[in-house]
Amino acid sequence: MPGENVAEDDSLTRRSFLGVLLGFGTVVVGAALSVPLIRFALHPLLTTTTEIGWSDVGKIDEFASLSAPMKKLITVEQRDGWRKIVSEKAIYVLPMKDGALRVLSPICPHLGCSIPWIEAKQQFICPCHTAVFALDGARISGPAPRAMDDLESKIDNGMLKVRYQYFRQLISKKEVLA
Amino acid sequence: MADAPKPDEKIIGSRASRWSRLYRWLDSRTGIGSLLHEALDEPIPGGARWAYVFGSVLLFLFISQTVTGIFLSLYYAPTADHAHTTVAYIIKEVTGGSFLRSLHAYGSSAVVIVVLLHLSQTFLYGAYKGRREILWISGCALLGLMLAMAFTGYLLPWDQKAFFATTVGTNMASEIPWVGSLLKRFMRGGNEMGTLTLSRFFVAHVFLLPAAILGLVAAHVYLFRKAGAAGPPSEDPVNPRLPTQRFYPRQVVMDTIVALVMILVLGALAHFAPTELGPKANPADTQYVPRPEWYYLPFFQWLKYFKGPWAVVGIVIVPTITAALVIALPFIDRRLERRPWHRPVAVGIFLAIWFTLVTFGLLSKREDRLDPAIAKQVAKQRQETEQFMHEPFEPEAAISTLAAANVALADPLASAGKKVYEGESCDAYHGKNGTGTNAGPKLAGATAQKPAEELSNLLRHPTAKMIEGEMKPVDVSDEDLKALVAYIKSLK
Repeated sequence: MPGENVAEDDSLTRRSFLGVLLGFGTVVVGAALSVPLIRFALHPLLTTTTEIGWSDVGKIDEFASLSAPMKKLITVEQRDGWRKIVSEKAIYVLPMKDGALRVLSPICPHLGCSIPWIEAKQQFICPCHTAVFALDGARISGPAPRAMDDLESKIDNGMLKVRYQYFRQLISKKEVLA
Repeated sequence: MADAPKPDEKIIGSRASRWSRLYRWLDSRTGIGSLLHEALDEPIPGGARWAYVFGSVLLFLFISQTVTGIFLSLYYAPTADHAHTTVAYIIKEVTGGSFLRSLHAYGSSAVVIVVLLHLSQTFLYGAYKGRREILWISGCALLGLMLAMAFTGYLLPWDQKAFFATTVGTNMASEIPWVGSLLKRFMRGGNEMGTLTLSRFFVAHVFLLPAAILGLVAAHVYLFRKAGAAGPPSEDPVNPRLPTQRFYPRQVVMDTIVALVMILVLGALAHFAPTELGPKANPADTQYVPRPEWYYLPFFQWLKYFKGPWAVVGIVIVPTITAALVIALPFIDRRLERRPWHRPVAVGIFLAIWFTLVTFGLLSKREDRLDPAIAKQVAKQRQETEQFMHEPFEPEAAISTLAAANVALADPLASAGKKVYEGESCDAYHGKNGTGTNAGPKLAGATAQKPAEELSNLLRHPTAKMIEGEMKPVDVSDEDLKALVAYIKSLK
């Protein structure tokens, strides 16, 4: 009887050893196979598909003799996965200073309302909580934590171009929203 | 637990009592012990063999197709407008997308190959004999469902190849007497191939057929266990006499090794020879020469021999009789003799069928090569596919909010009014396109539907309630006011 037991134990040990080996192998192979799956599923997070290209604002001659901020509507092309979406955004072109053009986002850095240029007062005044900004976007008064946000712009072949972006609200430092 | 401990528990117990206790805790709640015993200790008369691996490998491939299929659907859109773009996006842009799609596409071919091997093994070993009729029939049903999966999945990329192959495939259905035309229109969702066809094939491919396959696989495995493993051809199929070996470990190891080789082969193919996508389906193309996937080639060639009124014989009658004979095999061949060398007629017919299939497949390839017009067109299609694969991914222009907003502005007066609306910074309060903000109410909708006179009056002389909400009288020329009203009225 004891002899038989030993034999049984032997084969059982082999069975359980194989079990561990198979289990381990399955885990390793499964993990290896799940790598491409995980990368596939994470694709939108791993690539910058939200990157925004340059939008045309207008010919620079149009802005050469501005005396007040000029509101312009631009079209922004964005990638949405496999789609290309076009949306319309407003921006302000500031009067030329030292031969340079600046472009402001009209979004209030306080809570995100659109800020109109008030011709009569020569100021930007936010209609929501009356944050007030100067002609160059500098903060004058009100609840806004910082000046109006500059948008990255460039001149290409006589055409003013801008890269439209959103910025985090309620903080004193300008920070791009990804 | 009054019973003597089962062998499995004993080992685990001798290894570490902690694991043993965990196992017993789990077992008393889930019955995992008897489940494992049921799954792994199936007796195989005559012991494990490489010939028995195909069933397990198919199960593995089914899981692989399911997983890759679910992941592919993350980026796929089943409409005629978007299907091709989304597949192009998957293979040209998404990380590992080409690899995953190729795994899925090659996987489908692998399923066909392994199903045929499984069927051949069962036939040659006479493993359908001895109270296994229903088991055999469930296998036949699975074969049919699997071919349906291949047929429906083939359309989904919506490239030229997919479109025209499926046009031909659905046309064949119309040869079926009485219901053919209805069946064809039902499959297509109309007379023509279109976006409804794609929806139908998608639903069949990802919901209906997989659900049916899942159910039938469960039935097939259950019936297999109920009948017991048949063992080698020399074994009695009803009362096995050979000494048995348990499914685990030897057979499990063999199955696993073959599954691993399968992964390696599919992975290497997907990596080094990724599946291509052709240009988007163009129903107006009259030149395209559609060719089915390789496993349908013998049938494709077969149909060439049935012209005009004889088509129904080739498409419907002969295939139906063949399918009926295959399904009825265990009822026709009732002898318990399993050894192939003692079944010359059955094995002869089997080899003849294989020979015919292979010959027809090769013939179709040969005829395409020898016909200069077809060879030229096929080469051109090949080149167009290559070219499309080399082009960078072109995102689809969405019908954007901008376009939608501008449609309403076809009226020049309303368009001028939009400038006034933005010039007066009305948009700061009432939002872009009058959609409303925290600061001002929405204009689109109810307000926009007010009569023009009432609107101009309200703009010039806001009500007390409006003034309370910080609305100021609009101070513009009468002409601009008219334009502004026209714009507001265009906001729906």
